[in-house]
Amino acid sequence: MDAYLIAIAIVSGIYLLLALGLNLQFGLTGLINFGHVGFFCVGAYTSAILSTNGVPVAWSLLAAALVGMLAAWPLGVISIRLREDYFAIASLGFSEIVRLVATSEGWLTNGVQGIAGIPRIFSGVTGQSQAIAMLAIVTVFCVLAILAMRRIVRSPFGRMIEAIRDNEEAVKSLGKDPAGFKMQVLLLGSMLAGLSGALYAHYIGYISPDQFIPFITFQIWMAIIMGGVGRISGTVAGVIILMVFLEGSRFLRDIAPFIPEVAMASIRLGAIGLALMLFTIYRPQGLMGDYTKR
Amino acid sequence: MTLEIKEMSKAYGGLTVVDRVSITMEDADIIGVIGPNGAGKSTLFSLVTGFLDGNGGDVVLDGKPLGNASAVERAQAGMVRTFQVPREFAHMTVRENLMAAAPGQGGENLITTFFRPASVARQEKEIAGKVEETIRFLKLGVVADTPAGRLSGGQKKLLELGRALMTGAKLIMLDEPFAGVNPVLIEELSQKIRELNARGIGFLIIEHDLGALSKLVSKLYVMDRGKLIASGEPAAVLSDAAVREAYIGGGAN
Repeated sequence: MDAYLIAIAIVSGIYLLLALGLNLQFGLTGLINFGHVGFFCVGAYTSAILSTNGVPVAWSLLAAALVGMLAAWPLGVISIRLREDYFAIASLGFSEIVRLVATSEGWLTNGVQGIAGIPRIFSGVTGQSQAIAMLAIVTVFCVLAILAMRRIVRSPFGRMIEAIRDNEEAVKSLGKDPAGFKMQVLLLGSMLAGLSGALYAHYIGYISPDQFIPFITFQIWMAIIMGGVGRISGTVAGVIILMVFLEGSRFLRDIAPFIPEVAMASIRLGAIGLALMLFTIYRPQGLMGDYTKR
Repeated sequence: MTLEIKEMSKAYGGLTVVDRVSITMEDADIIGVIGPNGAGKSTLFSLVTGFLDGNGGDVVLDGKPLGNASAVERAQAGMVRTFQVPREFAHMTVRENLMAAAPGQGGENLITTFFRPASVARQEKEIAGKVEETIRFLKLGVVADTPAGRLSGGQKKLLELGRALMTGAKLIMLDEPFAGVNPVLIEELSQKIRELNARGIGFLIIEHDLGALSKLVSKLYVMDRGKLIASGEPAAVLSDAAVREAYIGGGAN
């Protein structure tokens, strides 16, 4: 059971890094990014390819964050000036392109077979202490990311991205170009996603393109909506709620043994969907309240 | 400051909504633009401030032609507009709205946010001082820490004026500043505009409230169906037969 809880905590931390990035983009800036998983994928593959080719894990993690960020650059250049709904579609398309490249460029990514044998972060230790070490490093990254977000929220930069979220035209009328701010937000969020992907790759040890479907993006969306959009505490709470529903439904068969094994995957999806619906009906501002509640 | 709007035009297909409109402002004046609904006044504002691309015409601000400058560049050049329906940053307080409008903030990028917090904090203090002045000037003290979305219509207009002031604009373009504002506040707002004008800020104002506007401006331009039909001193313009015809409608005397 301990091992199970540690595993959930690690996955939660990896999701939290993703969610903090998306909350910065959507919750604070109003940027509708439906392609978050694309940068997660880029980070995972970057770190996996480098580390399986002998690059030390510390460097491959750093590289994953950087490449995740750089991957966002072309998307930003092409589409950051689009209206928000068009950007949403462009970003979704981008993440699908990333997945298709991972699927078809076998020389680089080993195609659909994926990359196996990705080294662990602390290869010296084994078993339980390995997991604890992994949890420690994920926690450190999460804490750093939360501190960074807090600083952003309280800064003039944070003020301006919230202004963009509230009214982009008014920001322009004051002589400030929203595009530059959105680009920075896109890059930082993608850097976090890249790092998150790398941690995921090293934790699971095996990646393949089918792990990076748009559903991951939408899970993160559900987390920040249920927790409270535009709130850092909401992002944390949302990831916890998401994990409770994702993992909690695993134990559903203990109380309802008549559910067939094959139906479980669908039931778990249904459980998250139900949770999202209940939240939007009974607590649309999310658990911690969104940015409208001051 | 001087402003020359030269032959601004805008057509949607065959429909010309702004037809070679020229307006000249010499030495930081207060100028009014009036006309019936659909005359093209707000479109003219959007053309001048770069929020819409026109089909010909130019704007010359302080002797510099603005050419194809974007909305952002035009605002940076010192030409700031407000909107007919106020566009406040609804979830931010009045104070934050004003802070956000201050130009040249070093803290508005992620690098300085993380690596030069001391210099950012210093500048924030400076800006906060100016914001307090603006709040006092516009008498927004009571609502300084209220989210702007909860303000009354009149207060939102004041806030937009305040934001324009914070940018250090040379020319402020107000789109219906008196609409939905109570008479007492209209008088007060007019007084503020006069005070600011005395400090050298030019105003271009679209308005339907002719009474308040004609007392405020030194020159009125009248638009109808995209064209300028009259201009001159308020009293003369308002007694012009064509203007009465267009504005008030046939038969009014």
